[in-house]
Amino acid sequence: MDKSSGRRGHFAPPRLSLRFAAVWRRNFLVWKKLALPSVVGNLADPVIYMLGLGYGLGMLVPQIEGVSYIAFLAGGTLCYSTMNAATFEALYSGFSRMHVQKTWEAIMNAPIALDDIVAAELVWAASKATLAGTAILAVIAAFGFTASPLALAAIPVIFLTGLCFAALGLIMTALAPSYDFFMYYFTLFITPMTLLSGVFFPQSQLPDVVRHIADALPLSHAVSLARPLLLGQMPHNIALHAGVLAAVTVAAFWLALALTRRRLLT
Amino acid sequence: MPLEISGLVKRFGEGSEAKEVVRGLNLSLRPGECFALLGPNGAGKTTTLRCALGLTAPTAGEIRLCGLPVPEQAREARMRVGVVPQLDSLDPDFTCAENLIVFAGYFGIHESAIRPRIPELLAFAGLEGKDNARIQSLSGGMKRRLTLARALVNKPELLILDEPTTGLDPQARHLIWERLRRLTAEGTTILLTTHFMDEAERLAHRLAILDAGRLLAQGSPREVIAAHIEPQVVEVFGEWTGNGQTAGPDSGAAAWAARYAAGFSKRCEISGETAFCYTDDAAPLLAHLAHQPGLRTLHRPANLEDVFLKLTGRELRD
Repeated sequence: MDKSSGRRGHFAPPRLSLRFAAVWRRNFLVWKKLALPSVVGNLADPVIYMLGLGYGLGMLVPQIEGVSYIAFLAGGTLCYSTMNAATFEALYSGFSRMHVQKTWEAIMNAPIALDDIVAAELVWAASKATLAGTAILAVIAAFGFTASPLALAAIPVIFLTGLCFAALGLIMTALAPSYDFFMYYFTLFITPMTLLSGVFFPQSQLPDVVRHIADALPLSHAVSLARPLLLGQMPHNIALHAGVLAAVTVAAFWLALALTRRRLLT
Repeated sequence: MPLEISGLVKRFGEGSEAKEVVRGLNLSLRPGECFALLGPNGAGKTTTLRCALGLTAPTAGEIRLCGLPVPEQAREARMRVGVVPQLDSLDPDFTCAENLIVFAGYFGIHESAIRPRIPELLAFAGLEGKDNARIQSLSGGMKRRLTLARALVNKPELLILDEPTTGLDPQARHLIWERLRRLTAEGTTILLTTHFMDEAERLAHRLAILDAGRLLAQGSPREVIAAHIEPQVVEVFGEWTGNGQTAGPDSGAAAWAARYAAGFSKRCEISGETAFCYTDDAAPLLAHLAHQPGLRTLHRPANLEDVFLKLTGRELRD
């Protein structure tokens, strides 16, 4: 009788427990040591882009969908910087902990299962992205690019976006032989998606064929939720957009877990 | 029983690519003993430990860790086990004390419960006053000792160490040995892997020699030596110039051994420029060698390394 888990074994449903919290707390305690530079680092880049493009390009673009270009850009910036924060954490920091520092190996020697570790990485990367996104939201509000209390409803959208891209990132982490591998993910997936998802310009500008593809991208769904909220409007099709983000999260997490089990448990 | 393994088989890959790393291993640890698993690189030591901890599923066989079936209840069993892995896995972002506190958290031990024990744990590791030291500032030996302290946060019944002294200097090794002896004296069962024979001979109550996934010998160090090898060894080396030989390429110990070794020893092995002669009584051999100019000798009792080399061969392992 062969007891080892074959392909089917790796794809067994995730077995999750509250023990993931101890691993999440470990990452939080490390983050706390460098919290200020970390938040500033997550904040500086998107804010510079938003102000630079918003004011610079905004001079040439009178209005988009009835609002100033920079107000249009704010919702997109919020989503793509949340995506970036989650992605960087799941990729580079996750890979450091899994492969370089052997942190996961140490934790697996304690009574914590790999499933809980990967779940903790997912929730942690989403938490960090939520911190980054909320900080950007605060900057957006401070500049007066959003004035509606509805903007607060963008925070759960930020968290869901963080979960979604953390889960996608963990797939790459499970496959990566080294840090260099992540470059492909950025150039082949993250960057094109950022350009197609209505972050910088409305998707109505895209040719029809491209637009259908773009509509399916998870970042499009995040933008479709966050932008109206920042402009003080209720988004259309909330259930659809949130549902897609949630479904991608679940499917990507499952796949990431299966690949990580294959990598570490055989 | 701290650990019982029967009929353990571990195969990696499938079909013609399949590689059997552990082939029918039986092992049983008694409470309170120190058990050493010896073997050359690639013998299956680390894989056996990973199976025992439930970190990889066995292809076949039964494992019980602290009385619980593995891998089914491996997580519960690991509550009562401490592990010192082969590679450093300390958290470089934390201080020594924080490493212990965070690791205790993985066992559900609250910070308020572990904090009072930190001075004692650090003292055990010979790291008194290093509470706030950063990991990067520690030497290799200090890191290994901190890893040992980390493995004790849950007061384990069984402590598993994978090559605990590899890469350490003699001072650091002796300190680790002394601490491990103290732990067994206090009743902790220890399972360690090593390829240092002196480590096994000094520490282990019992040991097993593993090669190519199979156990070749098992017992106390003395039993294993007595069962597998002649008690006396005479190492012969140097330039042999007796019996009309002149110095040259064929004048080494090997040339002497080819002619005389069989007459004076039960078994003789050539390794490099040394002939190892194994015998029950070395006196006639030594008397003969006293009249062989140019040859030098070292007479000693057989040890574990002789058994190890006899059972696993002298060729290099990668």
